Amino acid sequence: MSNIRILVAKPGLDGHDRGAKVIARAFRDAGFEVIYTGLRQTPDQVCEAALQEDVQVVALSILSGAHNTLLPKVVEGLKARGMSDVLVIAGGVIPEADIPGLQAAGVAAVFTPGTPTSAAIEFVQGRISG
Amino acid sequence: MSTDAKSRWERETLAPALAKSPERKAAFTTNSWIPADRLYTPTELPADYEFKLGFPGEYPFTRGIQPTMYRGRLWTMRQYAGFGSAEESNARYKFLLGQGQTGLSVAFDLPTQIGYDSDSPFAEGEVGKVGVAIDTLADMETLFDGIPLDKVSTSMTINAPATVLLAMYIAVGEKQGVPAKKLAGTVQNDILKEYAARGTYIYPPGPSMRLITDLFAYCAQAVPGWNTISISGYHIREAGSTAAQEVGFTLGNGIAYVEAAIKAGLPVDRFAPQLSFFFNAHNDVFEEVAKFRAARRLWARIMKERFGATNPKSWQLRFHTQTGGSTLTAQQPMNNVVRVALQAFSAVCGGTQSLHTNSMDEALALPSESSVQVALRTQQIIAYESGAAETVDPFGGSYYVEALTDQIEAGAQAYIEKIESMGGAVRAIEAGYLQREIQDAAYRYQREIESGERIIVGVNKFQVAEEPPANLLKVDPSLGVAQAAKIAAVKAQRDGQAVSTALAAIRTAALEGSNLMVPILAAVKAYATLQEICDVLRALWGEYEPGEAF
Repeated sequence: MSNIRILVAKPGLDGHDRGAKVIARAFRDAGFEVIYTGLRQTPDQVCEAALQEDVQVVALSILSGAHNTLLPKVVEGLKARGMSDVLVIAGGVIPEADIPGLQAAGVAAVFTPGTPTSAAIEFVQGRISG
Repeated sequence: MSTDAKSRWERETLAPALAKSPERKAAFTTNSWIPADRLYTPTELPADYEFKLGFPGEYPFTRGIQPTMYRGRLWTMRQYAGFGSAEESNARYKFLLGQGQTGLSVAFDLPTQIGYDSDSPFAEGEVGKVGVAIDTLADMETLFDGIPLDKVSTSMTINAPATVLLAMYIAVGEKQGVPAKKLAGTVQNDILKEYAARGTYIYPPGPSMRLITDLFAYCAQAVPGWNTISISGYHIREAGSTAAQEVGFTLGNGIAYVEAAIKAGLPVDRFAPQLSFFFNAHNDVFEEVAKFRAARRLWARIMKERFGATNPKSWQLRFHTQTGGSTLTAQQPMNNVVRVALQAFSAVCGGTQSLHTNSMDEALALPSESSVQVALRTQQIIAYESGAAETVDPFGGSYYVEALTDQIEAGAQAYIEKIESMGGAVRAIEAGYLQREIQDAAYRYQREIESGERIIVGVNKFQVAEEPPANLLKVDPSLGVAQAAKIAAVKAQRDGQAVSTALAAIRTAALEGSNLMVPILAAVKAYATLQEICDVLRALWGEYEPGEAF
């Protein structure tokens, strides 16, 4: 299981990047090719990066509460670029009540605080073979 | 006691006990991996009491900055709050003051913290989410409506646009008839930790440092009761650092600010008494108490010996503490009440000047009113029932805590020297050194949780099946639209020519090098928006471009 390309992104203005950097490193240690966008990415910038880097997975980290606005826009932006096969996952402070709506919008899985990094890695490996 | 006596105990009593039942682990450490010995004894106590510990209210302030500490006055109970609109936040402040809170602490939303108005495309989805949305002086007037600014002190978590928000606060004071000389409070104004750990920077380091020293110079003369900066280890620790890194990196940043102000021509004793600090409190009570004591001792020596300050107020490290948000769990959130109590207890035993206690539901959403009340009650129980406020520095002389104080001081000193060797904090941050050290510690911590080496109750041990929590606070998603309408109304009513003139004066001051606080205050009073002011400086200075690594 190697060579899956994943973009770890911080959409919106949120500066909390501890989780994003930990998950990026965990994916890398698990054999993924990881690209990290850095902070303050608009949904468009995330989608452009996903296209340029030709990734199979986009992992969005968000703790600011703007997830209901920003995450569906990433999914739509990927579709608009012909990348509807890209797996979109998210993690951060996201209330359980918001998860069904995000899933309906095309976010495949949402990982909330306390989830081991291995759970996210296994989820992606289960959905994509490298 | 001699070391021989301890050897005898180890031989005669300990060895047979260990032979019968070994200890739970091969090695024990503090929460931040400082080795913890089995037993500490009087040999750990400093040989020179007056040099290392001294007396409270006297150099080097290891035991506290005031002679009577909480016997004189309790710490300020200051809950960080703000969400949604200025009206909603104003109501929360009045609730908190009514519950016995003694100071305000304003949380701004991310667009405000990064200098965007609520109607900016960058603000989409973020308006009012992590704090209150402030676009113009009109919002600030609403935020403090009915709250007399000569009766409360207000801390504002604002960094890159600190000059603008302080100017708004001064303007609100004037409208209430409170002169700037009578205002009390704090602006965080600490850009270096934004680059290193928190992320709400706007401009590159050079001009950012100039804004900070302009604010120092202005307040030294016009707002003498104001803490002009809150040099923050809090976010460094939240991002994953150890306790020693928290102290070393924070004081390293502090040194950079002092040097910048001296370079800008300010005499050290003119601005240093207005510097303040902000630390975290995590779960290891002993390590945290030691950390606060070590930080005080180190800073006193830096200010006196390195910078030659002669005013004792310049030597005193005064600090705010917030309990550790990253230690809270989304699982079994009631357990967080206990974590917060331990953390707050350590802050009080460590001699904090003010304290925010987190609410149990903060790993899930913004805190609800009832959970904020429990958090505030936690402080009140520590103040009135725990006994921690009855004597000065209650852990002073603990063999263990004194040993840890020395170790954290030495560890922090080593980081300060490393930063110096790289050319100071600005260079070290630009080179990504602080960020790397913090990330390495964060990753190590996470791996320990996942391997089970580190137990987090309710997360990787003692789990239960849980229902999703109910009654979480939600911010109205239409707030962005409402704020945009408010901006439009202000723009329709204000004198457009006066705004243009005021903004041009900011540009001139930025170019000529005169103090920016003066034209920013004028622009705020003319109802220029936050973003209009920040955009003038963005156009001149550009924005910080971090090198991102993980």
